[in-house]
Amino acid sequence: MKTPRALIFNLALLAPVSAIAGPAIEATEKQGINLHAIVMFIIFVGMTLGITYWAARRTKSTSDFYTAGGGITGFQNGLAIAGDYMSAATLLGLTAMVYTQGYDGYIYMIAFFVGWPIILFLMAERLRNLGRFTFADITSYRLDQGKVRTMAAISSLTVVCFYLIAQMVGAGQLIKLLFGLDYNVAIVVVGALMVVYVIFGGMIATTWVQIIKACMLLAGGTLVMLLAFSQFDFSIENLLEKAMSVHKLGPKLVYPGSLLADPVTAISLGLGLMFGTAGLPHILMRFFTVADAKEARKSVLYASGFVAYFFNVILIMGLCAIIIVGQNPDFFEGGTLGAKVVGGGNMIAMHLAKAVGGDLLLGFLAAVAFATILAVVSGLALAGASAISHDLYSRVIMKGQASEANEMRVSKIATICLGIVAITLGILFEKQNIAFMVGLAFGVAAAANFPVLILSMYWKGLTTRGALVGGYGGLISAVLFVVFSKSVWVDVLGNAAPLFPYTQPALFAMPIAFLSAYVFSKLDASKRAAEEIDAFEAQYVRAQTGYGAAKAAAH
Amino acid sequence: MENIQEAVTAKIRQNPKFQTLVERRGRFAWTLAAIVLVLFYGFVMVVAFSPAVLGTPLMEGSHITVGLSAVLFIFVFSWLLTAYYVRRANSEFDALTKDIVNQAWQEARQ
Repeated sequence: MKTPRALIFNLALLAPVSAIAGPAIEATEKQGINLHAIVMFIIFVGMTLGITYWAARRTKSTSDFYTAGGGITGFQNGLAIAGDYMSAATLLGLTAMVYTQGYDGYIYMIAFFVGWPIILFLMAERLRNLGRFTFADITSYRLDQGKVRTMAAISSLTVVCFYLIAQMVGAGQLIKLLFGLDYNVAIVVVGALMVVYVIFGGMIATTWVQIIKACMLLAGGTLVMLLAFSQFDFSIENLLEKAMSVHKLGPKLVYPGSLLADPVTAISLGLGLMFGTAGLPHILMRFFTVADAKEARKSVLYASGFVAYFFNVILIMGLCAIIIVGQNPDFFEGGTLGAKVVGGGNMIAMHLAKAVGGDLLLGFLAAVAFATILAVVSGLALAGASAISHDLYSRVIMKGQASEANEMRVSKIATICLGIVAITLGILFEKQNIAFMVGLAFGVAAAANFPVLILSMYWKGLTTRGALVGGYGGLISAVLFVVFSKSVWVDVLGNAAPLFPYTQPALFAMPIAFLSAYVFSKLDASKRAAEEIDAFEAQYVRAQTGYGAAKAAAH
Repeated sequence: MENIQEAVTAKIRQNPKFQTLVERRGRFAWTLAAIVLVLFYGFVMVVAFSPAVLGTPLMEGSHITVGLSAVLFIFVFSWLLTAYYVRRANSEFDALTKDIVNQAWQEARQ
């Protein structure tokens, strides 16, 4: 039998991203019905459905639907971005990671955080000034609308689908574990609520669900941390001393372990997390929900503040759990210290909540985890639906001639289809090893979406041909690198050895995308290319000043 | 409408203040980005090549290590840089932008 340490460790090595971005995948035992958790979750669902009802009456135009009419404030949007960024696995996976690996967990968190300042400095204001509903608005701004949007929509949908399936499967396992609900029931509940939020409430409801969940997550985490930390008199010295004295790793608890020992993996992971974040369609969409560049900047300031705060809360929680959970036989199978942790490694945060706050706090934290999953999948579904209705239907198929009512109808149909796909695949993939899916989503975001996006904003010389070759090149190479890596080639397809020795594609796929975009733009001597290069001037003025940018329509 | 927009855009482009704005803000943003990148990837290099350094105590007899302090420092410092950027961009640069756009409007209408 694997110890929980080995489980988490493998998970971290196979697909480090999955430890955070998607709930970790472990076969879970169905637990007894957890009444506190269910009652609190029902309260949350009731509240969010109320908000959806309220939002539905305000969602009249496509602008309301995709971007809440641009009427979200910087502070609200900051909470929502933080919410989008911190999934259930951030809470569960990272606490478990600190519990088992100590300092490595903290390194992982800083890698996950540090992309935000970069996004602010280099991207936030240009994104807001150039974009309207989707990031393809920016990449296709002066290039061939049909071709570039089709490409952006394909890579957005690839990211959304893989991320969504990973979240759904993780959600099913987690809910089975926390609430004692049947796996299939859990998947259907998550999928159905996601569809309801998005089709009736659009971005307004999705944003508020995200805000409420972010507040619950911050409050729940802080409460558990304070209760646990109080047992060590709020002294970090005291906490570290005790943790080191009981942990298997001893003094090595605060040393870098094997997670990032290999420089290639370390750098590739760092690049993937940093630039993958800057290429996730549901995160990019959040920059269009605020009125102007000023609010967009504030959003990042607040979002990164919340994320940084919460990661440090998780560090303390994980360290406290080493003593409070790790030394309590009740939390181990058979009541023996060092045996398998009841419910698996991801339950550390839940056990800690129970140990310091009883069933009520456990119920609250479980409800928070469920709410978190719901909010994240809703954001993904909305991003996927807008790639279909705004990019593919309205701009590519109807060439901008679609009526607003038709576009709205298509987006709702698309949401329902995405819901059905998510539920079906979530059920089909229940027993599959899907750890690669989140890695793939981040890889594609970093290697297909990000390079074309940043080049279109910064490099005058980018042409349609360069963007297409770069974008598809990044997409295909990221997918192939993941398929040939250990996490698919060996773990899913059962081959003996991986064809590609590293688990992280970013360091290799990103240069392919940038280089091919550059070379094919340079080689493009067509008349069209010359026009596209000339059109950069006007785009540049708008990117820098916001003049002509889609203003927040105050409906 | 299209024409006036084009005219304003052209006026903005011709204004020497636009060049000043772009250069000043660009230099500021890239400097901050470079600081964060050097700090973070420098740290990653230490993790990869010289991990033992991070395990040493910050002070004699303390359990707080250099590594823990370094990560906390990166968290706090890069967030402070974020705040610094937002502060300057939302006041100084936005005022300059507004000034440039208004001036271009005036000129284009004449």
